[in-house]
Amino acid sequence: MVGITSYGAYIPIWRLAREVISKEWGFPGAPGEKAVANFDEDSLTMGVAAALDCLNGFDRTSIDGAFFATTTSPFLERQAAVTMAAATDLRRDILTSDFSDSLRAGTQAMRAAADAVKAGTAKSVLVAAADTRMPPPRSQFEMLFGDAAAAVIIGDKDVAVEIQGFHTMYHEISDVWRANKDDFVKAWEDRFVIEEGFLRAFNEAVADCMKKYKCKPADFAKIVSYAPDYRWHTQLAKRLKIDESQLQDGLFGFVGLTGCAHPLLMLVGALESAKPGDKILLISYGNGIDIFILQVTEHIEKIRSRKGLSGHLMPKRNMPDYATYAQWRGIVSAEAAARRPASAPPSSSALWRERDRILRLHGGKCKNCGTLQYPPQRVCTRCRGKDNFETVRFSDKKAKLFTYSLDYIAGSMDVPLAVCIVNFEGGGRMLCTMTDRDVSEIQVDMPLEMSFRRVNTIAGVPNYFWKCIPVRS
Amino acid sequence: MGQSIRDKVAIIGMGCSKFGERWDSDATDLMVEAAYEAYEDAGIDPKDIEAAWLGTVQSGMTGQPAAAALKLDYVPITRVENACCTATDAFRNAVYAVAAGVHDIVLAIGVEKLKDTGWTGLGGFGLPGSSMVEANTPPPVQFALAATRYSYHYKIPMDELKRTLARIAVKNHKNGALNPKAHFQKEIKLEQALRAPMVAYPLGLFDCCGVSDGGAAAILTTPELAKKFRDDYVLVKGIGMAVGGQQGMLQDDYDFVHFEENVRASQMAYKEAGIKDPLEEIDHAMVHDCFTITELIITEDLGFAPRGKGPECHETGMFDKDGQLAINVDGGLKCFGHPIGASGIRMIYEVYKQLQGKAGPRQRKNPKLGLTHNLGGRPGSFTCTVAIFGR
Repeated sequence: MVGITSYGAYIPIWRLAREVISKEWGFPGAPGEKAVANFDEDSLTMGVAAALDCLNGFDRTSIDGAFFATTTSPFLERQAAVTMAAATDLRRDILTSDFSDSLRAGTQAMRAAADAVKAGTAKSVLVAAADTRMPPPRSQFEMLFGDAAAAVIIGDKDVAVEIQGFHTMYHEISDVWRANKDDFVKAWEDRFVIEEGFLRAFNEAVADCMKKYKCKPADFAKIVSYAPDYRWHTQLAKRLKIDESQLQDGLFGFVGLTGCAHPLLMLVGALESAKPGDKILLISYGNGIDIFILQVTEHIEKIRSRKGLSGHLMPKRNMPDYATYAQWRGIVSAEAAARRPASAPPSSSALWRERDRILRLHGGKCKNCGTLQYPPQRVCTRCRGKDNFETVRFSDKKAKLFTYSLDYIAGSMDVPLAVCIVNFEGGGRMLCTMTDRDVSEIQVDMPLEMSFRRVNTIAGVPNYFWKCIPVRS
Repeated sequence: MGQSIRDKVAIIGMGCSKFGERWDSDATDLMVEAAYEAYEDAGIDPKDIEAAWLGTVQSGMTGQPAAAALKLDYVPITRVENACCTATDAFRNAVYAVAAGVHDIVLAIGVEKLKDTGWTGLGGFGLPGSSMVEANTPPPVQFALAATRYSYHYKIPMDELKRTLARIAVKNHKNGALNPKAHFQKEIKLEQALRAPMVAYPLGLFDCCGVSDGGAAAILTTPELAKKFRDDYVLVKGIGMAVGGQQGMLQDDYDFVHFEENVRASQMAYKEAGIKDPLEEIDHAMVHDCFTITELIITEDLGFAPRGKGPECHETGMFDKDGQLAINVDGGLKCFGHPIGASGIRMIYEVYKQLQGKAGPRQRKNPKLGLTHNLGGRPGSFTCTVAIFGR
């Protein structure tokens, strides 16, 4: 049977306390916090991070599809799934697709992957969903929206979570939307959005699904469901006539509502504590409803070594103030105060030529003398052997900080910029910057890992590369 | 192996513009200022120049800017670019042309107009067609990597290393205060340097050299012809040069506390000059103190101090103006700033004046040999030149 063979997640390390937002705008206090993507993260980089978590221990050459779901793709025309596939160092002869425009994009990508596996067009499809939705400043959405990503692999071998049923229904309504030129998510009035949008579709689709599969909500060990906010999420248990313990946590308190990644992220949370035999109902909403009927198998025990949801909740770092948040999200320009001439954009042809060393972080190992070198060389730095290298991927290697400096002058964001010489375990070194760091913790010899990030956004065009981060555990 | 350049080429005239933020001067003004001082010093007519080498990194392309500024009359001019070694490399090529016997009197001129770029530090060298994924890491950041590692490697607490670095800044500012051509002619206090704002940790403001405009020029000829112009001409005793190929970035055992290019270039120059013990034989050295940590490491690389003992040696005052071997007696890059295409010849200018006994309040007692040193690039891969001069 087709199902989930691996799962992974990514939550940015940064949290913005809702107190900080309410203080900024003079709102009454609000509890909890939300996860916020760092200035150098976007949906694509978070999708890559979740995909890498999901690929942990997996033979990457066995993946023959990469689907990426987001409502906040860095591009309107240029496939993000392709960049994700390259950054996760997948084969090139695989299916790739972006799923977008709906909060159901994540579950729809999952459905398409399951269909592809069932049809035999692919054996193992990576699905990553990520969102960094832009709430209007000074809105309830600003309190609500968080940034995160989740990923699953869909296959039919060693299935850890069987997909036993699927139900869908579309719901044509203008409740929450963002048009082509809109910077921020818009919505009609609350009561309409909830009652005629989410609740109407939810009630109808859940009832139809239960009828179709001859079951009732109480049959499920866990119900993993989207809800428009914390209040409505807590009411779902009553509506479904289930015990509150059967309702998977909605993540509103410490992550926020994470767009099309949300159902998958909650599902990862449910799987972390699921036992073989558990039945799970997964419900997502966005211009309609998708429902998955899932059952956990004994293979779940073999894929526990992921950071998943729980591994990304701690450690975390608190954002000091709203101004930092506003700069990271581009609400306030960080560049405006830069006292230097503007940069020319990067060269597309150079980026293409160097794609493997940039996106896959490939270096070379000299077959003659064994020296690992980044970036890849034609002639070996040590023995001068010519064109005699095997490809080495550095992106998943552990590393140590050899030396560093902190640039207080050059940058306009992330000051001071931590510039590092990183030595990889097993050999090789590179110069890169450190992100998601607390300046006071930086010291020579500290353990590091690599993280895919957005760099150098010039004239609105993002460029991607790897940075180092303190090991997150 | 070729022959040593020792005693084959003589400097008969030199000029050096005032260095600083020369908002009202362009590269032409700076070249005219430097070249005409050199002509006058040598007692030659501009018509006597048979060929020229122009060193500049970003203030013009081809040899034409020099021809246009100085109205050199259809003579061969080569433009040289080799990062921070640009001026010394232009000089080096001019030296070799004279030694080869191809030309009798040549001009080596270096110029840089940095203050038109809009950058507060060095900037605007971005090569076209880059993927631009690597972070922009300006020079202070690159050299700070060496300072961090130096503290770790030799187990010197950072506070202590910072004091040593500040002492180097204080020394160079003390020297620069005596130099009317320097950009900064002010002494600074140790505490002031230590309290200065951070530029690139662990380097503070006074650990960094300034950004300046400037030009410098040298007139070269053979020792035989030199005697016709003056008695106190200065001879080239040796030139060494080493160019790195990213070894330190590609090989993970590179230590970041020495610069191999310094070692190679200085050994080459010492061999040519017949120097066995640089600390004993060299009187003064103008070295590339783009940052205080750079001077500290150069001190060890050039054999003036044992490995890891640079801080102790500096603390003794042996590299001060009246010490055993004066380092940057003219004020160094610290006080002159670093108009890249000009710096190397600016250093030679001071050595030339010292050897002639014309260095005024900075004059050393009976100097026999002086050294200049340039270093361009970043820890991990440099271009380095070392030149030695005597009478």
